Amino acid sequence: MVKVKLEHLTKRFGKVVAVNDLNLEIKDGEFMALLGPSGCGKTTTMLMIAGIYKPTKGHVYFNDVCVDDLPPKDRNVGMVFQSYALYPHMKVFDNIAFPLKLKKLPKDEIREKVKKVADFLEIGHLLDRKPAQLSGGQMQRVALARALVKEPDIFLMDEPLSNLDAKLRVVMRAEIKRLQKRLGITTIYVTHDQVEAMTMADRIAVLREGVLQQCAVPDELYLKPRNMFVGGFIGSPPMNFLDCSLVEENHEHYLDLGVFKLWIPPDIADLIMKNASGSELVLGIRPEDLKVTLTLPPEAKEAGQKSKVQAIRSEIYVLEPLGKDVIINTKLGDTLVKVVAPPTIRPSVGETIWLNFDLDKMHVFDKKTELAVV
Amino acid sequence: MITAEGYRKLIWKAKIKWLIGNIIVYSIVCIPLVPIILMYGWLIAQAFSGVCISSLIPQKLTLKNFYFLTGPIYWGGTPLYKSYWPLVRNTLLLALGTTGLVVAITSLAGYAISRFEFKGRDPLLKSVVVVHSIPGVLFLIALMYILNTIGLYGKGFLTLLSVIIIKAGLESPMYTWMLKGFFDSVPWELEWAALVDGCSRFTAWRKVVMPLIFPGIAAVSIFAFLSGWGEYLLVLTYITDRKWYTLSLALSELTYQFKHVDYGMLAAFSLLYLLPAMIFFLLTQKYLMTMRIVAYKG
Ligand SMILES: Nc1ncnc2c1ncn2[C@@H]1O[C@H](COP(=O)(O)OP(=O)(O)O)[C@@H](O)[C@H]1O
Ligand SMILES: [Mg+2]
Repeated sequence: MVKVKLEHLTKRFGKVVAVNDLNLEIKDGEFMALLGPSGCGKTTTMLMIAGIYKPTKGHVYFNDVCVDDLPPKDRNVGMVFQSYALYPHMKVFDNIAFPLKLKKLPKDEIREKVKKVADFLEIGHLLDRKPAQLSGGQMQRVALARALVKEPDIFLMDEPLSNLDAKLRVVMRAEIKRLQKRLGITTIYVTHDQVEAMTMADRIAVLREGVLQQCAVPDELYLKPRNMFVGGFIGSPPMNFLDCSLVEENHEHYLDLGVFKLWIPPDIADLIMKNASGSELVLGIRPEDLKVTLTLPPEAKEAGQKSKVQAIRSEIYVLEPLGKDVIINTKLGDTLVKVVAPPTIRPSVGETIWLNFDLDKMHVFDKKTELAVV
Repeated sequence: MITAEGYRKLIWKAKIKWLIGNIIVYSIVCIPLVPIILMYGWLIAQAFSGVCISSLIPQKLTLKNFYFLTGPIYWGGTPLYKSYWPLVRNTLLLALGTTGLVVAITSLAGYAISRFEFKGRDPLLKSVVVVHSIPGVLFLIALMYILNTIGLYGKGFLTLLSVIIIKAGLESPMYTWMLKGFFDSVPWELEWAALVDGCSRFTAWRKVVMPLIFPGIAAVSIFAFLSGWGEYLLVLTYITDRKWYTLSLALSELTYQFKHVDYGMLAAFSLLYLLPAMIFFLLTQKYLMTMRIVAYKG
């Protein structure tokens, strides 16, 4: 098995910097997700690992050996492309057998291996069809089979689920995860869907415009986003961002959000003062971390008073029911804030609610650098 | 608001418009077809007629116009060619040789121009169009000089061979252009998949890319074959040995002098000369009409 290391990996296309100084280590047998919006350099990174693109700068290491000069065919990687890239002129059997035929394996062995992997992925009955006669999900499985049949050391998947319908995507998500754990192949999985990355990966590397933002296990990414981009990208609905500034009154510190103030304890205030570049800050809070109540709960005080939980009154603007939960849209000043409310609360538009800010659940970012300061 | 009656009226109007539009389109399409149909009709009718006709109705049905298939070809009573078949052989050689060479050159060049970035790629592409718009006649003398210098002029089979090479050279640029379009339509991902699966660049070209552009290769083959089959000027200029004459040259010779013309035989001769073109188009019109790659989803 193989561990992969990317060192100062950079790829330029003319003036466009697709991948910028990427350092990343993928452990042996690990399921690493590359997550980021479209155009952030995920595919380019993948293609450099596969050996199809030569890095402009930097190196790729397999088991600590630099593979810059190793052609793709000798890297023993299995790859699933976003469009599946099945060979349209070959039957499913020949598609899957293609890597084995190139290795000049005996015919019997090829047939056996193809059959085994096809049965494993439940596409044994499709072997005589042409790719054009398959559904999206079936093509996806054929692509998986073709990548797996040669028993690769590294498994690369480029948005393999993005062309499937929502229901199938959920099914395949679990299946691919199970497959990877069972085979124990080092896997790099590219996706722009944070749910996919969170549910499947051991670790996630978040990319933005070719630059690595944060690489961590899913929980850490969710709980301790390193900057506003990661905070906003992970989680759905996305994190609420509220502009604020740090103020001091009567030896107490507050976050001034314009329409209201939040008291903060001295230790957090110290942290902010130490880490922030100026007084302009952004308060980040997840929709599921803002508690909604119809009255002021006993454990909370009104915003601006010394308490771990501080609440502010607000009016419901729009409701987005999700079946179980409901997303409440409300306005704090001019900013629209989304809150996920549990099924026990069934509010109606125009009603007044209390938004409970819990100090433990708040993220504070520097507005200029966008980095987390607490 | 539109009433039910109003909708009916509107539908009637739309139908009439559609009808008039169709009538106009079909009439325009049919006009250029008239002389073509007249010509072919006459050719077929005359080929099977015992006498010279000036209408589309064959008279005195006969097969004797095809006498040249089994014996010498006569011209005003004297045999001009000992047999018809060497002419067919030479023409086939020219056509097939050109096709083979053109396909070999253009499938590699088209791929290179489509897939590789190199200095001077754009000027090269543009110059193809410019050069192609220069009439080939202009090269005749220069080529004659070259052939003479390297000793290939008037050397029988070798001359035919050089005609094949010249012909392929003249035809290749345009077909390279055409195939470039086909190669462009093959998604990169397919080629990458092949590389990851264990192909070298060349195997990927041979096993994945080439099969996908088969319609393009077929089209180029047909065009090259027909252009070689119909070539006249180069053969007339360079081939001096009657043993290596082609059908086009023979045909022109047979029509040389008005008083000797045997219309029946000429029509039969021409009909056979047209045959490959017709066969090719019948067999491959499916491909020619669908010059694109199907079966790819992405
Ligand atoms: N072959 C190429 N030529 C020029 N620019 C490219 C090429 N491939 C990718 N890019 C650019 O590099 C950036 C990253 O692309 P890509 O890796 O495909 O992003 P992703 O897969 O994350 O959507 C994009 O801005 C894209 O336009
Ligand atoms: Mg991509």
